[in-house]
Amino acid sequence: MNENYKNSPLGAGGTEERLWNYIDGTSSADEKLVIEKLLQENAEWREKYRELLEVNSMLRSIELEEPSMRFTKNVMEGIAKLQIAPATKSYINKKIIWGIGIFFITLVVGFLVYGFGQVDWTAKGDTKIPIDLGKVDYSKFFNNTYVNVFMMINVVLGLFLLDRYLANKRKQFREEA
Amino acid sequence: MSTGHNDNEIISKVLSGDQQAYATLVNRYQSYVFTLTLRFTKNREDAEEVAQDIFIKAYRALADFKGNSKFSTWLYTIVNNTCITFLRKKRLEIHSLDKEGVFEVADSMDSGFRANMVEQKSKVAMVNNAIGLLSPDDAEIITLFYKSEQSLEEIAQILGLETNTAKVRLHRARTRLKEKMEKHFSEEVKDIYP
Repeated sequence: MNENYKNSPLGAGGTEERLWNYIDGTSSADEKLVIEKLLQENAEWREKYRELLEVNSMLRSIELEEPSMRFTKNVMEGIAKLQIAPATKSYINKKIIWGIGIFFITLVVGFLVYGFGQVDWTAKGDTKIPIDLGKVDYSKFFNNTYVNVFMMINVVLGLFLLDRYLANKRKQFREEA
Repeated sequence: MSTGHNDNEIISKVLSGDQQAYATLVNRYQSYVFTLTLRFTKNREDAEEVAQDIFIKAYRALADFKGNSKFSTWLYTIVNNTCITFLRKKRLEIHSLDKEGVFEVADSMDSGFRANMVEQKSKVAMVNNAIGLLSPDDAEIITLFYKSEQSLEEIAQILGLETNTAKVRLHRARTRLKEKMEKHFSEEVKDIYP
């Protein structure tokens, strides 16, 4: 048994958390034994345990709030003219989603292949890259309104996904903080 | 909560066209849903309106309930999402550290609060009032764990969290509740654990 457990001061290093886990029954078997021993030997731990048990028992006794007497009637009136919406699964066909995804991936790959096809790979030079980026004629690649619109949509989608990703990260960070 | 027909049987009835059977589900869960919405809105009128909206949403989406979880877990997910949307509309900052201040002010402004405490000296009333002083997310997780028969795994599912994160949140909520009780109800707390 770890003797450090005995010396850990109350209120520090998650003592309450360990006691709550013990009370909730979520401690591991080993941890349970350690805590039981501490409760037998340490008066401070016993006192804290009693205190948390009391809070736990009070929390178990909290009362539910009751809505008005008309509550059910109001809900039933609210749904009277409504229809249950069809299950999401019934109108979202996974094959269509996959089809759209494959279509866009094919388009992107097609553009990349076309772009690389424009590069003169046989151009001579020892260390220089075979194209002079300053002299690339971009109008060759973006000479069509539809292509420009398509690229713009991709950029917007990319920014949207980046925003979602960063928002999720921020949420996770807040939860962990 | 398992008296009479079980939830899945009632849902099958409703899905096959017996709209009135839905009233049984509403009766069964109205107090749970109303208590949760009240934790967010801190106001009975808004809580009742939001709770009704939740039951109507749940009815519309009933075909999406697959029975992979308890109906209550599925319903509380709708409660959580609807209440968060409600708070956003009300422009209350849920995750802000300022929330402490917001509810302290609400507490001090509520003139009936102390009077109510004088009338209701019981421990239960004290805990209920202390929960009322917590932030909506703390009050919600405590209510889900202690009153709504949800396990930590189910709570995690409702809140869209990992089980461990839900566990940590519950611990922190209980710690903050204890602090609230010690701060606002010191006399009553002394009787419980001097």
